Amino acid sequence: MSAPFQRHRITPWILMAPQLGIVLVFFFWPALQAIEQAFYVEDAFGLSREFAGLVNFKAVLSDPTYYQAAGTTLIFSLAVAVGAMSIALLLAVMADRVIRGARVYRTLLVWPYAVAPAVAGVLWLFLFDPTLGLISGLLGNMGIEWDHKLNGAQALALVIMASIWKQMSYNFVFFLAALQSVPNSLLEAAAIDRAGPWRRFWTITFPLLSPTAFFLLVMNSVYAFFETFGTIDTVTSGGPGGATTTLVYKVYQDGFVGQDMGASAAQSVLLMALVGGLTWFQFRYVEKKVQY
Amino acid sequence: MHYRRPGLDRLSHALLAVCCLLFLLPVWLAFTASTHTLGALYSQTAPLWFGEAGWDNYRHLLSGSIGGLGTDVLTLLINSTIMALGIAIGKIAISVLAAYAIVFFDFPFRRLCFWLIFITLMLPVEVRILPTFEVVADLGLLDSYAGLILPLIASATATFLLRQFYLTIPPELVEAARIDGAGPWRFLRDILLPLSKTNLAALFVIMFLYGWNQYLWPLLITNDADYLTIVVSLKRLLTSADGLVPWQNVTATAVLAMLPPIAVILLMQRYFVKGLVDSEK
Repeated sequence: MSAPFQRHRITPWILMAPQLGIVLVFFFWPALQAIEQAFYVEDAFGLSREFAGLVNFKAVLSDPTYYQAAGTTLIFSLAVAVGAMSIALLLAVMADRVIRGARVYRTLLVWPYAVAPAVAGVLWLFLFDPTLGLISGLLGNMGIEWDHKLNGAQALALVIMASIWKQMSYNFVFFLAALQSVPNSLLEAAAIDRAGPWRRFWTITFPLLSPTAFFLLVMNSVYAFFETFGTIDTVTSGGPGGATTTLVYKVYQDGFVGQDMGASAAQSVLLMALVGGLTWFQFRYVEKKVQY
Repeated sequence: MHYRRPGLDRLSHALLAVCCLLFLLPVWLAFTASTHTLGALYSQTAPLWFGEAGWDNYRHLLSGSIGGLGTDVLTLLINSTIMALGIAIGKIAISVLAAYAIVFFDFPFRRLCFWLIFITLMLPVEVRILPTFEVVADLGLLDSYAGLILPLIASATATFLLRQFYLTIPPELVEAARIDGAGPWRFLRDILLPLSKTNLAALFVIMFLYGWNQYLWPLLITNDADYLTIVVSLKRLLTSADGLVPWQNVTATAVLAMLPPIAVILLMQRYFVKGLVDSEK
């Protein structure tokens, strides 16, 4: 549609000014600084710095802990996305079946979305506390020693569970909305053709859900990448031995805890490129393969 | 026709009920633990039922200065509320104006402005923390509400949603308003804003939760306990103790940190679901 208000020259700029100002100061200025800083090396006291070309990038990319963090991020994101989406889909399919009560179940399952990732971390930390946790106690009775402060795999599992618990409700809301918009006539027609519930789900409902599933895959990856910082920091602080250090956590650790500005900035730039590239790839290639 | 299967329905109900309870379990345990004394907690595994110290625990947290925090939890709750409201209202305010300009006005560099704003969707604050921290430090905004709020407003989610909605407004409506002599400000106030009431409510819920649950940013820029938020305080409570983790304080603070956002999501569930599902389109 062509813009209706044509003859106003100043008004649009007054309207744009607050958002543009904030975006320029708090987004573009820092982003450009990160890119600039990535090419400089600072001395130990932060007093002087000199242009270093790609030295920071080379240092980051030849650091084995960087690849460890990349691997952890991959496992973590996959586990959270697959776990949170499959549980949500199962529950949404059941809630959609029962018709009466679907809204009640939505209310009973939607609230974990409101819980902060850091708070979710604390709740699960309490369940698995080595001395008084309920689940760690049950596991102890079964002969499984639980100590996420020493065992890296257990620490990662704990962070993954807390993240799935929080993210499930988001996926549930979307899957339920998508399921409720599947036309009943299609399902009835299939039922007349003697297709059972299992068959109806996989041949009709599931393909119709694929756009939602694709969207949720993107959102869950973004969530696992960025928003779980609070969970990781409260539960494990990236440990033990870097077992729960994701790429985003490492930017924080190297920059703020380790005070290595160049390395942290180089990692930021690599992350920006990675996220930008993934977004572009998803929308260019993957989305076309999804059935609408 | 064997279209509905009562057996499957009953199974679904049973499984759903079990899952709802399982999802509630971590919160339930935190709530019961927060009503016990430290000594009672460490004499057994986590209690499934309430103790007698609940009133004392919560009163102690809300009124007295807590070791390791340097402030009381009531201050933390107030800080979190200011931050969440500031982010929600600030973001909606600037987004309403910017989306209005982009959709309803014709001006040079309109496309450039559009892209400058929408590129921010790609990079959350977590990726550019260090330089953003330096910018905020240069501006002298460390340990201040403005420092907590402003950098988190710099993203385009709300602008994007509102733009999608504005595009569905029929041009005839604008024409009619113009013929009746309404200028752009009048049109915004009397027609556009009332029409977008449900969208604004939906945005408010989402942005309030986003603001309340922030972690990394407030962690970085608040040294002064007077500006600490409740979500960030949890780690300090966990690590401040020399020996035993003071779980009765930690769980009580976690419960207090959960209550406001859960209340918002349950009270405004209709808008919340609409806002979420709309953001997909």
